[in-house]
Amino acid sequence: MADSANSMGNTLTRINAVGLRQDERRERLALFGLSVPAILLVIVIVAIPVGWLFWLSLFNDEGVLSTYNYTRMLESKSYFRIFRTTFNVSFMTTALCVIIGYPFAYFLAQLPQRWANIGLIAVLLPFWTSLLVRTYAWLVVLQRKGLVNQWGMELGLWDAPLRLVHNMNGTLIGMAHIMLPFLVLPLYGSMRTIDQDYVKAASNLGASPFQAFWNIYLPLSLPGLFAGIVVVFVLCLGFFVTPAVLGGGRIIMVSMKIETIIDLFFNFGTASALGVVLMLLTLLVLFISHKLLRLDRVLGGGGGS
Amino acid sequence: MPVTDQDNALPITIRSVTKTYGDVYALDEVDLDVQSGEFLTLLGPSGSGKTTLLMVLAGFTRPDHGSVLFGESEVIRMPPHKREVGMVFQNYALFPHMTVAGNIGFPLRLRGIDKKTARERVENALGTVQLGGYGDRRIDQLSGGQMQRVALARAIVFEPRILLMDEPLSALDKKLREHMQIELRHLHEKLGMTTVYVTHDQREALTMSDRVAVINDGKLMQLDSPRQIYDQPASTFVANFIGESTLLPVDHRNGQVSYAGNPIDIKGSESKNGSFLMLRPERLILLSSNNDSAYNTFQGKVKDIVYQGESFLLYVTLIDGTDVAVRSVSQKDLIAAVPEVNSQIVLGLHPDETVLIPDDNE
Repeated sequence: MADSANSMGNTLTRINAVGLRQDERRERLALFGLSVPAILLVIVIVAIPVGWLFWLSLFNDEGVLSTYNYTRMLESKSYFRIFRTTFNVSFMTTALCVIIGYPFAYFLAQLPQRWANIGLIAVLLPFWTSLLVRTYAWLVVLQRKGLVNQWGMELGLWDAPLRLVHNMNGTLIGMAHIMLPFLVLPLYGSMRTIDQDYVKAASNLGASPFQAFWNIYLPLSLPGLFAGIVVVFVLCLGFFVTPAVLGGGRIIMVSMKIETIIDLFFNFGTASALGVVLMLLTLLVLFISHKLLRLDRVLGGGGGS
Repeated sequence: MPVTDQDNALPITIRSVTKTYGDVYALDEVDLDVQSGEFLTLLGPSGSGKTTLLMVLAGFTRPDHGSVLFGESEVIRMPPHKREVGMVFQNYALFPHMTVAGNIGFPLRLRGIDKKTARERVENALGTVQLGGYGDRRIDQLSGGQMQRVALARAIVFEPRILLMDEPLSALDKKLREHMQIELRHLHEKLGMTTVYVTHDQREALTMSDRVAVINDGKLMQLDSPRQIYDQPASTFVANFIGESTLLPVDHRNGQVSYAGNPIDIKGSESKNGSFLMLRPERLILLSSNNDSAYNTFQGKVKDIVYQGESFLLYVTLIDGTDVAVRSVSQKDLIAAVPEVNSQIVLGLHPDETVLIPDDNE
């Protein structure tokens, strides 16, 4: 009896196998269906415009197909200077954010959860105010007769008004302020996952508080720090409003140049080419940092337990 | 720090150490002497204060007052990184961004030991915990048991004279845990450092320790050898917490102890005027008649029988309504003698194993 039942199972269809396979396939289709709206959205608002941008950049001023827009960028010194400024500003803004953000995130991560949440709200609060308003607020605070200069001179800290705005200073102050939360949030998140026992173990093994931080805590917080750095740097590369207002025309970033070219010269070809190059450079930064982050994971600095 | 003891172990002297959290006493005037080179276990239920006491020894918890001496030197205000005690954490706390050798070599690096010597000592430590050749492994490539060994190697590689362990085996499965208990025991015999071990697992405590300190509500309840702790509990808390036991109230009259009117012979008891009689399931035996004068006897009715593989349990209701458990090994003739549910039986307890427990309030 048992033998015949067995052979039946093998030679004929196994019990319910077809139905179960169908269920599995239907489930997978349903899951895929859920992602269809997102895929459509990406095609409509990302793939098509970017493709169109790329297409436009391939035509010169006379509307003839050529690589003119790209070769001109390589030949002209001014374009090179603009890209250099863009990377310079992004780099310095990111560095400022790290210098201000790391100690702050560390401080928040050491607080009890309740107090840390209040600190986080303080970090997020600026997000609820318009970017433009915040940028103009800096203009008011930093200008020649602004609050900082008035108070500084009244207190006798300096005699002549400091040039805090319409130059690199203003641009960096404004951008660091806008970008800081993008560094603090991922960094704080990764610091919270670092088990306090690691630091305890280090000090039990003979590490002074500084040695424990340097050898254990800092390496474990690097993945979060890198994530924050990448986000801030990439956002800086394409930033427009703050450098435009606080740079006073002295700091020209790629995004501002694109605006000028379209606004003044109505030259979509050149503007598109600039956009494409900026996008490619941004992708390059993302690619390199992705490699770095992956490398980090291979080394085991997961940050968690 | 000046150390008088040149041996590879230091005694620990704990005096009136107290730690409060708000109104709660985590440690309440704890006095405890750990002898040089002994394996002492702090045993207690969760929240009893045993881990707090260990953290005070390691320097991670600052007590309200008290004194802790390692050898002759006071360490109560010494920061953890200067205490020179090894510690195995409950979750091992192995640094995930370092290799096995990097972890074990870390304390040596901090002490400025040259690379060649350090490498040898790391290899030695790995050999001691039977992980020779594992130095280049990443931490996430290790199994739970291997992590446990690496944590141990890291704690002993700088040759501390005191080793602290915070429930180090609790994350392992039962078989591996029992294996590691024996291994830790052997390792302690070999290295000889003073070891303070925290666990809530009483079998682990009894298996491994030279002495067990039972802690409850921040107080030291009893400090004795495992045998003494089990056989002569000093309080009803210890009697209930260690092993299974049923406590029967007894009467004292004219120097004679009696339970429910029957005289009890208490030859085995160190406490002569305790107010409870302790019945351990494995110390009770089934008697064929009431008249066996060699034993203290208890009459009762079988309530339930549970077969547990290596042994079986009888739940018996005594005449005054108290339920007691009787454990018997599963040997053929003993199983054959198991009475039926609801039958009347007589339980015997040998006078040498008859122990009185003092009331906790006395």
